[in-house]
Amino acid sequence: MDNPRAAGARRAALIGAACALALLAPALAAAAGADYLIGVGTRALILALAGLGLNLALGYGGMVSFGHAAFFGAGAYTVAILGFHATLGEPLLTWPFEIAGTESAFLAWPAAMAAAGALALVIGAISLRTSGLYFIMITLAFAQMLFFFFVSLEAYGGGDGLGLWARSSLPPLDLHDPWQFYYTVLGLLALFAVLKGRLVASRFGLALQGIRDNERRMRALGFPTVRYKLAAFAISGAVTGLAGALIANHAEFVSPALLSWQRSGEILVIVILGGMGTVAGPIVGAIAFVATEEALSQWSEHWRIVFGPLLVLAVLFARQGLWGLIAARERIHD
Amino acid sequence: MLLLTEQVLNGLQFGVMLFLLAAGLTLVLGIMNLINLAHGSLYMIGAFVAATVARWTGSFMLGLLAALPATALVGMAVEIVALRALYRREHLDQVLATFGLILFFNELAAMVWGPRALFLDGPSWLAGAVEIIPGVPYPAFRLAVLGVGLAVAAFLYWLVGHTRLGMLIRAGASNREMVAALGVNIRALYTLVFGLGALLAGLAGVMAGPIYAVEVGMGEPVLILAIVVIVIGGIGSIRGALVGAVLVGLVDTLGRAYLPSLLGLFMGPANASGVGGSLASMSIYILMAAILVWRPRGLFPAHG
Repeated sequence: MDNPRAAGARRAALIGAACALALLAPALAAAAGADYLIGVGTRALILALAGLGLNLALGYGGMVSFGHAAFFGAGAYTVAILGFHATLGEPLLTWPFEIAGTESAFLAWPAAMAAAGALALVIGAISLRTSGLYFIMITLAFAQMLFFFFVSLEAYGGGDGLGLWARSSLPPLDLHDPWQFYYTVLGLLALFAVLKGRLVASRFGLALQGIRDNERRMRALGFPTVRYKLAAFAISGAVTGLAGALIANHAEFVSPALLSWQRSGEILVIVILGGMGTVAGPIVGAIAFVATEEALSQWSEHWRIVFGPLLVLAVLFARQGLWGLIAARERIHD
Repeated sequence: MLLLTEQVLNGLQFGVMLFLLAAGLTLVLGIMNLINLAHGSLYMIGAFVAATVARWTGSFMLGLLAALPATALVGMAVEIVALRALYRREHLDQVLATFGLILFFNELAAMVWGPRALFLDGPSWLAGAVEIIPGVPYPAFRLAVLGVGLAVAAFLYWLVGHTRLGMLIRAGASNREMVAALGVNIRALYTLVFGLGALLAGLAGVMAGPIYAVEVGMGEPVLILAIVVIVIGGIGSIRGALVGAVLVGLVDTLGRAYLPSLLGLFMGPANASGVGGSLASMSIYILMAAILVWRPRGLFPAHG
């Protein structure tokens, strides 16, 4: 393994190249005459944001959540339901205070984050009473609970899902334009990657990683460990909720499938394939995931028969994740 | 009263079916410390093999006889090829790898058997209904499922608690190295336990065939219920799996049958069926969350 400085320079060069590529990607896709790739790229970036959210709980907090699809779906449904009421012109709530529907991204997207964050706070508060395997299972159970909740929510389409009349309005941009939507998503992803980098280097982030590595010792040092973990879990849920708001805009459709347990598995795969506990990991993971899915599904509709074993091989042999392989990072823990 | 008896029996029957699945899951988890999400795939394979053989031969029993060794063999092959390397890994790695296996098996089943559901008829001698209490007829096949499930529970209790093999299994769970040092082939023992768990999953799949449809992806919903069962019961505990399975089976079945009309006493019928329906499908997860808040390690924690 290279020495830390060389690895750092290599990492910086890689990140620079990746940013340049991300900025140029739509132009490259258009030049190659494959405009649909812009949409594919947008989806990869949205999944990267979802993974970035999960990574905060998983990679830095050591909380293996198998239920992050719940927050993804909650964010998506928030945007869809607010948009639905805006179209109908009926308020969403009249009591105890009035909440009108809206199509404005400035209102709906923060609302999606707040809803997902609040949900994560409740789920986290109960789930964090357990640990280890029980934590994995109880987060999965909560996600299933929400899945069935939305399946039986007839007012908003039930199991059939709910279409959006329009994407959110974000003046002066027009999100219906694939290019503008791509760059909006890219900008948000970059913003949250920077914020996350700041957060994990802050006192809060360092304490969180300390708790991940040795909770007992941190508690003995006087840290209220459960409160730290709960805060991280809620932020993690909120960021994944924002990704959900974006995916609702991307597909212009929401359905309970967004909350399915397979979706939770996918987000986990993205984070772990990319490399947990790194800022770049989930982004690399999401791009690799979507690219593999695209490539294999062009080859055959039965692409999962290859993808499944690939996943098993990746778990068995690429323990640091792709980003660990590319950037030759020193091992973070264990 | 008639309806209630029937629903309670349905709940029990569903419960013991979940038990067959949960028993294998909890054995593997408690003994090898491996969380195997692909356990539901073995259930699916059992159902598909039985449905195919039963179609060729016209006999449900031949289908059952073919499906049991088939799932045990598939299970042991998967253990040797992929899962053996995962015993000492974190649960996270196990979840991911077995998630990959689910994708593989579901796609494989879709390629071999196609996307449409198959139907499996129960044996003709169990086709009718039995009057359990005078005036309350109940399908004989479901009653047989109930009997088989209880027999398997008794067998497992005897096997794990009162045989030499069971002693080795328990010893291997508490100290793998020591048992190996005493000259026991622990690898082979683990493979055998895995095969037993797979066989039980296959048995559950075969018995589910005539009651539900045999289709791709049928394993996952029921796998998640089995996970709820073992979490409620306490991971690694066969007794916990039985109690948890019966609880989940009863709560789920009775909730679906009665919650809508129960809520109808408090609100309008349209609202009640909507809210009641969603509450019913959420009820077992609420049950699980409540039990974990009360007892974070389940009802019957196996170790410590």
